[in-house]
Amino acid sequence: MAVQSTSQHTAQRNRLTVGGILIVFGLLIFLLFTPGTEAGQVAKFGMNLKSSAALPIPDITLPVQASIYALSILVVFLGAFQMARGIRSAGALFGIVAFAFVAAFLIWATKGKSLSLIGMLSSSLVRATPIALAALCGVISERAAVVNIGIEGIMLISAQASVVAATMSGSMTLGLIVGVLVGALVAAFHAFLVIRFKVDQIVSGVAINIFATGATSFLSSKYLQHQGDLLNNSGTYPIIQIPLLSKIPVLGPILFENNLVVYLMLLIVIVMHIVLYYTPWGLRTRAVGEHPKAADTLGINVFFVRYVNVIVGGMIAGLGGVYFTLGSVGRFDEVMTAGKGFIGLAAMIFGNWNPIGAFTSSLIFGFADSLQIKMQILSVPIPSSILAMAPYIVTMIVLTGVVGRAIPPAADGVAYEKQ
Amino acid sequence: MPTVLELRDISKSFPGVLANDHVNIDLQEGEIHCLLGENGAGKTTLMNILYGLYKPDSGEINVRGKKAEIHGPNDAIARGIGMVHQHFMLVPVMTVTENVMLGVEEKRNGVFLDRAKVAKRIREISQLYGLEVDPDAYIKDLPVGTQQRVEIIKVLYRQADILILDEPTAVLTPQEVEGLFKVLRSLVEKGKSLIFITHKLKEVMALANRITVLRNGRTVGTVIPGDVNPEKLASMMVGRDVNLVVPKKKANPTESVLEVKDIYVEDERGQMTVRGVSFDVKMGEVLGIAGVQGNGQTQLVYALTGLLPLQSGEIRIVGETLKRGATPRHILERGVAHIPEDRQRHGLILTFPIHDNMMLCTYYQPPFARGIGLQEKVIMDNAETLTKQYDVRTPSIYVPASSLSGGNQQKVIVAREFSRPIKLLIASQPTRGLDVGSIEYIHSRIIEKRDEGVGALVVSSELDEILALSDRIAVMYRGQIVDIVPAAQASKEYIGLLMAGIRPEDALKSAPSVTGEAERVF
Amino acid sequence: MSANKEIKKTEARSSLAKMFGGSAFQSLLIPTLAVFIGLVIGGLVIAATDAGVAEAFKNFSSDPGAAFKSIWTAIATAYGALFYGSLGSPREIIAGFKALQATGDNDAFLKAIYPLTESLVTATPYIFAGLAVAIGFRCGLFNIGAEGQFFMGALGAAYVGYSLKGLPWFVHLPLAILGGGLAGAIWGAVPGYLKAKFGAHEVVNTIMMNWIAFRLSDWLLTGPMMTAGFRPVTPNIQKTAELPRFFEDPLRFNWGFVLALVVAWLVYWFLFKTTLGFEIRSVGANPDGSKYAGMSVVRNFVLVMVLSGALAGLAGSAQVLGVDHWVGQGFSAGYGFDAIALALLGKSHPLGVVLSAILFGILRSGATRMQSLAGIPIDIISIIQGLVIIFVAAPAIIRWLFRIRISTGDETVLTRGWGK
Repeated sequence: MAVQSTSQHTAQRNRLTVGGILIVFGLLIFLLFTPGTEAGQVAKFGMNLKSSAALPIPDITLPVQASIYALSILVVFLGAFQMARGIRSAGALFGIVAFAFVAAFLIWATKGKSLSLIGMLSSSLVRATPIALAALCGVISERAAVVNIGIEGIMLISAQASVVAATMSGSMTLGLIVGVLVGALVAAFHAFLVIRFKVDQIVSGVAINIFATGATSFLSSKYLQHQGDLLNNSGTYPIIQIPLLSKIPVLGPILFENNLVVYLMLLIVIVMHIVLYYTPWGLRTRAVGEHPKAADTLGINVFFVRYVNVIVGGMIAGLGGVYFTLGSVGRFDEVMTAGKGFIGLAAMIFGNWNPIGAFTSSLIFGFADSLQIKMQILSVPIPSSILAMAPYIVTMIVLTGVVGRAIPPAADGVAYEKQ
Repeated sequence: MPTVLELRDISKSFPGVLANDHVNIDLQEGEIHCLLGENGAGKTTLMNILYGLYKPDSGEINVRGKKAEIHGPNDAIARGIGMVHQHFMLVPVMTVTENVMLGVEEKRNGVFLDRAKVAKRIREISQLYGLEVDPDAYIKDLPVGTQQRVEIIKVLYRQADILILDEPTAVLTPQEVEGLFKVLRSLVEKGKSLIFITHKLKEVMALANRITVLRNGRTVGTVIPGDVNPEKLASMMVGRDVNLVVPKKKANPTESVLEVKDIYVEDERGQMTVRGVSFDVKMGEVLGIAGVQGNGQTQLVYALTGLLPLQSGEIRIVGETLKRGATPRHILERGVAHIPEDRQRHGLILTFPIHDNMMLCTYYQPPFARGIGLQEKVIMDNAETLTKQYDVRTPSIYVPASSLSGGNQQKVIVAREFSRPIKLLIASQPTRGLDVGSIEYIHSRIIEKRDEGVGALVVSSELDEILALSDRIAVMYRGQIVDIVPAAQASKEYIGLLMAGIRPEDALKSAPSVTGEAERVF
Repeated sequence: MSANKEIKKTEARSSLAKMFGGSAFQSLLIPTLAVFIGLVIGGLVIAATDAGVAEAFKNFSSDPGAAFKSIWTAIATAYGALFYGSLGSPREIIAGFKALQATGDNDAFLKAIYPLTESLVTATPYIFAGLAVAIGFRCGLFNIGAEGQFFMGALGAAYVGYSLKGLPWFVHLPLAILGGGLAGAIWGAVPGYLKAKFGAHEVVNTIMMNWIAFRLSDWLLTGPMMTAGFRPVTPNIQKTAELPRFFEDPLRFNWGFVLALVVAWLVYWFLFKTTLGFEIRSVGANPDGSKYAGMSVVRNFVLVMVLSGALAGLAGSAQVLGVDHWVGQGFSAGYGFDAIALALLGKSHPLGVVLSAILFGILRSGATRMQSLAGIPIDIISIIQGLVIIFVAAPAIIRWLFRIRISTGDETVLTRGWGK
């Protein structure tokens, strides 16, 4: 009995705190986003991309003030309900509040103007691509218990290698292959250091990042800057519309009107999920990540599994590098990855070390990224550099685990000592 | 009966230690061959060599008369050798089926895992040998005894006919041990051959067809149970006549130094593992807490020492009621010494030199510190004195604690904790994994403290240790204290039944709670 | 008997092991070899990207000697420029000194020692930043955010330096220095707090803080802290906030270097001679054991991240107040990663950090001259640093490359578990 009363007590306190926070958020929505709005002002959200006009659906037009009031009241009401009765799923609550806050912000930012919502969602997916690829690289190596913090560096080197290869050969495909192979090579080096020489995995990753920054900048200023047309001008992958599927309203333009790299990323998410949970290799990988000794005593070569997974991860990160050049701007700029590799690691953690989770959380970061760009276009009265902090701040909030704590593979980051 | 396995002249040395010195052993078909020896006698090393985990320096292995080169588990498995490890080799977040099929996966369409097929096979094996288990359960949800069954199934699934069981009873209740023995006998009946590794004499006498005793890495001899008695085996094992009974005077308990009232504690994963425990420890007595590992003893000790928070209930130490969230330091400063269960995780900073470990809990107090400045001379002198006084075998006080043997590491902890002015001693598994010499030494020190008027709480999963040290014995099962009895007359059977979760009133029916003379033979 | 030998060896190394956590010989040998291999590989990169070498190798079959000679020439030219640019020429220094004694004219002397002092000027922020990372390592924390903390420290010091007016120097200068330290401390405290409270990994968080610092500085330098005019930089600091220089222009060698040495000694004292340092090292070595011993692990995490941030912030102070006197965009480029490299190279020991920082100062400051003289991008230094980190972190590679047989302390741990 005593226990129950204590835990009841804590539960009640939690309920009141969470409810209180919700109410504060509700009021915040009201206070932040109503000043400066005028009655009768509307916000217009585009629901079609120009290209996919086959099945147009109507754009959404919202009255600004009324919508913000409604969202604010919804959150306050939820808070009050939480205080009084309690809602089980904290994740769902957080989701609703985050959604209401972002929606209110968007409506406020779009007041008197129009914003292509589909355009923004579709650009979220595109911007999530390098993050997702970094996250997937993290998932596949950390499932085998090798932490790879050098993803950022791998992407940087691959980005440069692929653009140079593509420009020199004139073949985008060759550029892609080179980018992926270079990624594999750098990852193999990481694997060699941490498996064969038991170098601290974080230290090795940091060394790779420093080396990558130095090497790419070195080559960039030695060659790329002087001979840009010969070495650093590859062009980009065209958008491929998948017949029929791209005509689906809303989803079509978001999912089925992208370039090759985005499709490959989506494919990798699905394949990795199947491999991890439905094949012997996946079973062995997970065993090696959770309890390498157990795997070893059953005759599984722990080192081999780790090598393969880290190298495959490197290929995926290499593809992430290819995204930056061939998949995006068609040329290499120094330090162009801008921390995406690390954000990918956060997405991996938030996604609980599984491919689909990692992909979904990458979308959140992609959305934050695309949001700040659109806001600059809408000329929101917030300095662009402050808006540009959004993805980094979201990452830090996610890592606190307030939204739900993830459990890493048990042996993650630990070198395996074979006796 | 034909010989299925022969180990000839196996030697293996590690830096500074000769773990196996020309060891010989053979296994006949359908027998249970017990490998008996103290901790550190080289049993596990020998079996790891047989299983291909270590490479022997010399010697040879013959399986069914043929010389076998075993370079890894795969070679062992291919020759029909299976091993049930002391620490289970199971992946907790995977199901029984996944664990069993790991490494020898059945496939559908050549690519995908065929879980159903494996689950079916597991059910067949369970039935054949009486190893009941649910193939779809996750390992982390299974009790220890069942996990062990999964380990055995894993070996049988790979069609092993030579089974090695390394200290399989260490984590089981006496009743679970009986169940295991039944399974083992049925395995032998069906033609399997078993090597059973243990240091417990009673089990050897109950189970073995033949016994090989190892001591300091050498084979002392192979005997048949009928030809020896436990005393003889014990002296073969340790090389001299041993006496685990600690010489001690009658206890002289005075006032309470620790009072625990109805406490509830959650472990790190949020499981309520201590559920309503109450007891007290008086100055000048030893209260032993008996129980199979994992029944909440660890969390109980953590709560008493401030390493885990109380969910509810009350703890009074030396007359002071602990506030919610009392820190380990606050508790230490009340005069509490703590010999932790896991000496390498909690008790020592392994990379620090011995002199720093000798003042680990009091570094901030005079005489070790003045203000925030450390007093190096005092620290060194203290370490020199304590290493001598507590007979810590070390080349110097400057070497890192990691370079000491387990026994000497434990002595460093004992020295540090006992050199403070203390009123209460909390010792958790104080002699786990130590050699007999160190065990005797530490036991006598604990009794010495008791006689000085310190109250001692000793938690151990070794029932013999509890019987040897305690003045009163509390038995813990599933987070609760089921009974507390005076040790002088406690019957081992009764305590064993309580440890197995039999309620005291039922236990009394099959065993009296007290006997005239306590059974003190291992 | 073999055990005895093992023990004797352990004893022999113990006193020096106290300082570095390895034998003294090894603790110098491994970093030295690591730097050496880093330079060799860097040299090969230089040669491989050298136009002259490429030219000579076209005629490899007819004149292989010339091809190899060209490699040597490329490397020698580059490193020659590097070391001349960072150390100067001893002959010129002696001649300058003689001229100074003879005529009292210090022109030649100052000119001769200019490269050397520039190396020390470059080394000054490295010492602080290296200490920042090192103190984190001692507590088991990996502060990759020294770069952001450095930047915020510089902005903090600059703000105090230009906004306060009319103060005497002995008030203004310390305030400006502390302003930098405080800004860095705040930047370090955030990930420290998140680690302590939520267990959020500091590696990712410090990196996020770096990016936030860059964006914040973009805004500050184009808005609130921008000087009059169009350049996105802060105003110049007041004369009263400048760290005094030892010589006249253009020599920028200043009291910041002395301050760095004093702080390094303070950090040494703090880590090894005080109870607080004992706690930090204990928590770094074994958090569970430290908790058992009554220490608060999370409190130490926060404390160390604050100290680490403050030290990185001081690096910013020293750079602004002693050298640049204003802050512009990209001010912090690369300092954070350099700091990691030299903390590892210096084995997280303050003395090691000072020595490594001076070495890096020499490399960085010489690289500028190498860039202008031999046309080799300064980024070659980052390549060398990446390599040095790898070699320092993996002594096994060095041993393997050089076939050195030295056993480290932890390799004997295998004996654990056997009684006796």
